[in-house]
Amino acid sequence: MRLLFALCLLFLTIPPSLAVDTPDEMLPDPALEQKAQQIGQQLRCLVCQNESIEESSAPLAKDLRHIVRQQLRQGRAPKDIEAWMVQRYGEFIRLRPAFSAMTALLWLMPVLSLMVALLLARRLWHRSAPPAPLTAEERHTLDSMLKKD
Amino acid sequence: MKLTRRHLLAALPALGAAGLGAGFIRMLHGLDQGHFDPRAINTPLTGQPVPDFPTLPSLPDRPGLSRGDFQTVKQPVLLSIWASWCLPCMEEIPFLHQLAASLADATAPLALWGLCYKDQPTSAARWLDRAGHPFSRLGMDQDGQAAIDWGVSGVPETFLIMPDPQVGGRIVWHGTGSLTETAYQAHILPHLERRP
Repeated sequence: MRLLFALCLLFLTIPPSLAVDTPDEMLPDPALEQKAQQIGQQLRCLVCQNESIEESSAPLAKDLRHIVRQQLRQGRAPKDIEAWMVQRYGEFIRLRPAFSAMTALLWLMPVLSLMVALLLARRLWHRSAPPAPLTAEERHTLDSMLKKD
Repeated sequence: MKLTRRHLLAALPALGAAGLGAGFIRMLHGLDQGHFDPRAINTPLTGQPVPDFPTLPSLPDRPGLSRGDFQTVKQPVLLSIWASWCLPCMEEIPFLHQLAASLADATAPLALWGLCYKDQPTSAARWLDRAGHPFSRLGMDQDGQAAIDWGVSGVPETFLIMPDPQVGGRIVWHGTGSLTETAYQAHILPHLERRP
């Protein structure tokens, strides 16, 4: 029991880490390494498609991580590295798709749905507004009808 | 019975479900006919010239694979990406043999080439000894870098490349998963028949 508890504690203390776990994979320059991680976190692993290449432990993700670092070391701009990836694997490799005619609906959907919601809310608001107060004439008719009873 | 707004609103979910059902039936039908593949990935290289990839050595006594080979070849090329550690590759090998046998005559309309992805030469050779060797050219891509230039994300994948003297071969089809007779007839044969 004590052992189990210790094991649980051990697993709990493992820090959430990226898949880059071997130091030899990382760049010696911490600033460049951070840049590499930022690029990698925006690139989809083609094997485990909901993970970025920084998170995935698939061999292909490891290769792509290596390419990102290699190209950074050669002084290529992050934009160019992403373009290199898109040329081979398509727009799908971007976890944050670029704004284009294809993705316009995707990007504008939050604004569009907010607008529709506001319109609907306005209609509802108007419908539930209290009725206009009675005019003097209406009040008079009502009073006389009530008195009759 | 009078058709009220309430009835119309109630019909909406039913209509939606019917539409969804029709869509699913179409998908299943497409799956059967081979024109819908749920595992299909983006294939940005389709329609593009053969990519620049490092020249690959082969196994001993066999011709390797380079970009130049696509420039000089006169017939269309079916390039199969495989590995000895890949189970679906084992599944597709009978069909590749069948294809290679039908291509054996001199007027072969198609060349069958292979790219061996992330594999040891000894394992690949052993696998080919056992399963047979359907490829007339074979590139050993041991570090997987050439496959990345081809936009490969797993094995097996298959490319159809048509000869194009101007750009040195053009990719017209890129498929994922084991190559089957159905996929061959749906995607590859039409390109070959369209050729004069």
